[in-house]
Amino acid sequence: MTAIDHGAGVAIGTQASYRVCRFSGLRIEANAEQLIKYNAVAAVLFLALGGLMGLLVALTRWPAIQLLPAEWFYLVLTGHGANVLLFWIIFFEIAVLYFASAVILGSRLAAPKVAWLGFVLMVIGAVMANYAVLRGDSSVMFTSYPPMQASQWFYLSLILFAVGALIAVFVFFGTLVVAKAENTYDSSVPLVTFGAITAGIIAVFTLASGAIILVPTWLWSLGLISNIDTLMYKVVWWGMGHSSQQINVSAHVAIWYAIAAMVVGAKPLSEKVSRTAFFMYILFLQLASAHHILAEPGMSSTWKIVNTSYMMYLAVLGSLIHGLTVPGAIEAAQRRNGFTRGAFEWLTKAPWGNPAFAGMFLSLVMFGFIGGISGVVLGTEQLNVLMHNTIYVPGHFHGTVVAGTTLAFMAMTYLVVPLIFQRDIVWPGLARWQPFVFGIGAGGISLFMMGAGTLGVARRHWDISLTDAAHAFEYPAAAYLMMGLNGIFAILAALGGVMFIVIVVASILAGPRLDKVGATLTFPLHDRSRESVAEYGSHGTVKLPGTIILVGIFFACFVLYYFVNWKYLSELWLFR
Amino acid sequence: MAITPPANRLWWKDPINGIELGWIVIAFLWGLFMFFFMIAWHFIGQQNLSSETYRIAPDAYIVKVEAFAEEFQAKDADGNPVEEEGVPVVRPPAGGDAYILARLWEFWPILELKRGESYRIHLSSGDWQHGFSLQPTGINISVHPGYEHIITLTPTSSGDFGIICNEYCGIGHHTMTGRIRVVD
Repeated sequence: MTAIDHGAGVAIGTQASYRVCRFSGLRIEANAEQLIKYNAVAAVLFLALGGLMGLLVALTRWPAIQLLPAEWFYLVLTGHGANVLLFWIIFFEIAVLYFASAVILGSRLAAPKVAWLGFVLMVIGAVMANYAVLRGDSSVMFTSYPPMQASQWFYLSLILFAVGALIAVFVFFGTLVVAKAENTYDSSVPLVTFGAITAGIIAVFTLASGAIILVPTWLWSLGLISNIDTLMYKVVWWGMGHSSQQINVSAHVAIWYAIAAMVVGAKPLSEKVSRTAFFMYILFLQLASAHHILAEPGMSSTWKIVNTSYMMYLAVLGSLIHGLTVPGAIEAAQRRNGFTRGAFEWLTKAPWGNPAFAGMFLSLVMFGFIGGISGVVLGTEQLNVLMHNTIYVPGHFHGTVVAGTTLAFMAMTYLVVPLIFQRDIVWPGLARWQPFVFGIGAGGISLFMMGAGTLGVARRHWDISLTDAAHAFEYPAAAYLMMGLNGIFAILAALGGVMFIVIVVASILAGPRLDKVGATLTFPLHDRSRESVAEYGSHGTVKLPGTIILVGIFFACFVLYYFVNWKYLSELWLFR
Repeated sequence: MAITPPANRLWWKDPINGIELGWIVIAFLWGLFMFFFMIAWHFIGQQNLSSETYRIAPDAYIVKVEAFAEEFQAKDADGNPVEEEGVPVVRPPAGGDAYILARLWEFWPILELKRGESYRIHLSSGDWQHGFSLQPTGINISVHPGYEHIITLTPTSSGDFGIICNEYCGIGHHTMTGRIRVVD
């Protein structure tokens, strides 16, 4: 992989050491490479831990098994949320930010020592959070709603992690400035970098919200503040909790574009449209905390409607645009690649055997159909009352964060390992199946949790048979079936997760070295991924019949599901 | 490529593809529809969550609920108080106020309502946050300590309905239930 290698060593100032990747043509600086490696490895380790906890949770919620005792269930559920939703996702996002800035722009990383400080703080925070949870006195769930109180270590750990992440985000911004100042690229930043900038800007808002609420809550846990208002806590905490999911959305949409470019040679249909869609995220996604306040007392309907719709659904519009432009870019590229027969040859002959592509496309489809549609329905002011705090909610966000973000990040890892670690993927046969096993598992848990939630099953609940409750209540038999199926698909997802971790760890440690002359990739990049195409941007000759059909099906499902839920709502008792 | 700078430096001057433009228009109009439909439901719909809320100290709320339960305690034919599992059954007057206290780990007391009548249901917590999940009808409302939330509720079906806590509230969370009975 190394055509030019000035040797390893710490770069100082502009004396950075670079190598040029033989496969992608990217100029990769040593510090950026090291930091991407360490952040990616930390991410995968916390995914392994959090994923294991997730399996234990699902097996406990399978009524026929109910694996863990109640205390352990609530403890493990708290740990599951922190490890996967925060640590796995954000460590990987930091790697993505460094990749999208230093690597894609061919620049050195700004202030590598500061970047290492951020990384160390994040590791300390993540380890401390697990310590606090495993001590057993912080089973307060990831959301830690007051007046329920966790140990001081729990709040402090999240603050340290957030500060570390914030430092990393500023290193990312610094790298953009360095790249611009040192003229490492012409014209505007690439679309993928633009998407990463979107993620970075949202991250600043998110982490600031986290600091604003977690610092006083930490002081409260130390006894220095007497009271935390529960409603205020929810509004500000979700400014972190939900908005951080918008970092994920921006990051994984950027990854969709990146993988499509590298694997099938896709270019955006229109730079202007795709960038505007990202820009809408920056403008409107911050209002998302309202999604968690729709069933609360004390907030006006006007506030709820404006905020929950992200100002007239303009941020949703951004996602709907990506929902057309990403498959559209792939279809256009595949037609250029010669797959022009019928409406769908471009899709059937796509490189499904390449786990990067398969993972990316499954992520795209499931994020839209499962996570996206359910998110809009759940976030509709009145419809929220149907599903608020039922297991429908985890069903929705496993559709976005697991089937969407996690699968996209896994897909990206199949490119990061060869390009950054310079090791080829071992066991390609296993790797080919991994995105399907994990994707079907993740899709299944999302759908069955949503189904059970529609039947009223509560989230974060140890015993749906309510055996020890004062007043018995019997959920319908279908709810038990759904929770059992959720368990089965969780096992499948866990299997896919284990396959991923085994493949990645084995590839990093023992994969065939790619830095030797003549080495080739098992899953090759598209040969045009290095060129910038001459006729850029929109052109009238583009035909996208397959994409139009796919988007048409998506839109029909969306509209149908939306009105079905209004029908359910209209059959409820009357309340005003 | 999406990973290389735009080849056309003036990329913002490129015309937009017709397919993209068409979808943007459809998606934008659909968003507007969904936005205005939420507003419209406040006028045409019968299910809109009230925002009538008052601040109240949890202890003061407990006192109010206990006074309410004593005043409207249901009596059987012999004049004895009606209870279920030791929890009083309370018959608030149709059109009047009714109180539910959420606390570790029960919803108290049991309300007996008449189908088709409206009640001003007061909801608050005596300690931590709880989740009021009325099943199997499927009405889910958050309950906060310190905030008294008033919902005008009209049951449209009769029978026994369960209230299940769906906001995690500690180790007894999965034992926290309550009941509303609706009679014809």
